[in-house]
Amino acid sequence: MFKLIESDAPQRRRICEIFVDGEPCQAMIGEPLAAALLKANCVPMRYTPVSGAPRAPLCMMGVCFECLVEVDGTPNVQACATPVREGMHVRLIHGARSIGQLGGAAQ
Amino acid sequence: MSTFDVVVIGAGPSGITAALTAANRGLRTALIDEQLSPGGQIYRNVDAVDNGMQTILGPEYLHGRTLTTRLQHSTVTRIQGASVWQISDDLEIAYLQAGVSKTLSARHLILATGAMERPSPMPGWTLPGVMNAGAAQIMMKTAAAVPSGDVVLVGDGPLLLLVGKQLLDAGASIKGLIQTSPIAQAGKAMRHLPKALLAPGYLIKGLRLLTHLRAGRVPFFRTDEAVNILGSDRVRGVSFIHKGQRIELTVDTVLLHHGVIPNVQITRMLRLEHRWDVDQQTWKPCCDGHGRSSNPSITICGDGAGIAGALAAEASGAIAGLDACFALGNLSEGERQKLVRRPARAHRRQLRIRPFLDTLYRAPEWLSAPLDETVVCRCEEVTAGQIREMARLGCKGPNQTKFFSRSGMGPCQGRMCGLTVSSILAAENGVSIEETGYYRIRPPLKPIPLLALSQARVARSAGTERNSQPNEDPTHE
Ligand code: FES
Repeated sequence: MFKLIESDAPQRRRICEIFVDGEPCQAMIGEPLAAALLKANCVPMRYTPVSGAPRAPLCMMGVCFECLVEVDGTPNVQACATPVREGMHVRLIHGARSIGQLGGAAQ
Repeated sequence: MSTFDVVVIGAGPSGITAALTAANRGLRTALIDEQLSPGGQIYRNVDAVDNGMQTILGPEYLHGRTLTTRLQHSTVTRIQGASVWQISDDLEIAYLQAGVSKTLSARHLILATGAMERPSPMPGWTLPGVMNAGAAQIMMKTAAAVPSGDVVLVGDGPLLLLVGKQLLDAGASIKGLIQTSPIAQAGKAMRHLPKALLAPGYLIKGLRLLTHLRAGRVPFFRTDEAVNILGSDRVRGVSFIHKGQRIELTVDTVLLHHGVIPNVQITRMLRLEHRWDVDQQTWKPCCDGHGRSSNPSITICGDGAGIAGALAAEASGAIAGLDACFALGNLSEGERQKLVRRPARAHRRQLRIRPFLDTLYRAPEWLSAPLDETVVCRCEEVTAGQIREMARLGCKGPNQTKFFSRSGMGPCQGRMCGLTVSSILAAENGVSIEETGYYRIRPPLKPIPLLALSQARVARSAGTERNSQPNEDPTHE
């Protein structure tokens, strides 16, 4: 949904690899995880627990909670407030969780 | 637990300046901030922004570096990447950092928690592809990215125009700008023009933005009704009435903006007094001229005390810093009076533009009275119609509708719907919004993992210095 701007200015962009639902995906170290996911076109980013409606980040500043994902086994993490680290495992959230699904499952 | 003379929450322009002011007068000062680096949303990532983005974001953004540099060379204890989740009556502050809950305590607290964009409920605004305009700007600041498809901007105000210009410069494809502020407001705003002319540079900047967008061939539209955002799994377009005609635009991204409002989550949790600001159509905490809130140990500065912009925030931070010094006996009344003169003058100069802007870009009526089928509480998916129905059944205030429908009880804890729900109830019940009130906000201010919570409890009851230990492994549930 987003693209990196073209620029001829010399850059210090440090690219790394993260995993989204097991698939490898490129991201820049330190950028908000939600930004990396939007650039990787992970849209819808989640489905709501109430009705299963599709959602994606709205505010990018920590107030809307539309960017919730699972990071390295911790559920409901605000992706817009989480900086990208090399090798992080992200799982997108599809609807409400059910019993038996609890606990970190990223590894 | 460490004790500081002054703890400032929020490292935007006002928080940084407040902390510097207190620290420069020798007070032990800590600055707690959610982001990994200081700057707030306005100067977000200013120290590490992509080179290509710098020219696009411009000198007003890069100005933030003067603040972050001064902070770096100060004695302020900086606590970044920390979300405050609870503040006790005796100013013990609990925050979550890297999965661990820590505490520190303050003799005086300064809140500099800033603003958020006014929620823009309209049909389809929950669809992926809809974002706040400020969010698109954060994408430029933190990720050097712009929307890859066609974009339409909906709303009004200086930030919307600025983001439009910056997106254009960064190579985004803008299919239109749909202005929503009522046209009659332009006439009313003229009264405030003479005063606005005395404010430094704002009008010229505004006119430049408009010319820039027109030169970039961005089509301008204006509508008096809610814009319909179309799509099923993501945005496909918008449909709206312009000059009596229905227009449909096919776009991939819709950017919404109806001005900014103080983020009152923390001031509400602290049970500070608030009042409804008719001109800015928002709640704000009651403060005296120095920013002192209804709690004598708490001072508020920056946009969190009332919307005034980044430069005003800088000045108000200095005023708040001096207020903390005064409250702690570090300054006499006379000394403070002398020292506050300069920042107070700068603050007043910046405020001169507000009546003009607040009138010109007044949010349209339909925004606070959305159509019945519009989702108001995004987390629990409660519609405007459901809120009205509950009002008819006798609900007087938002805490009752919360009880019956869970509106305001989802992860965002009412941040996205608080303003709208109170407005709908006030209109439906025919009473003022003050009488209708606001959600009762309770800790935790941000969700916190149970493990971190249990450790925080243990640390407190055992009286151990948990926060002096190095970070343990971030928690897993
Ligand atoms: S996008 Fe709004 S909280 Fe993350």
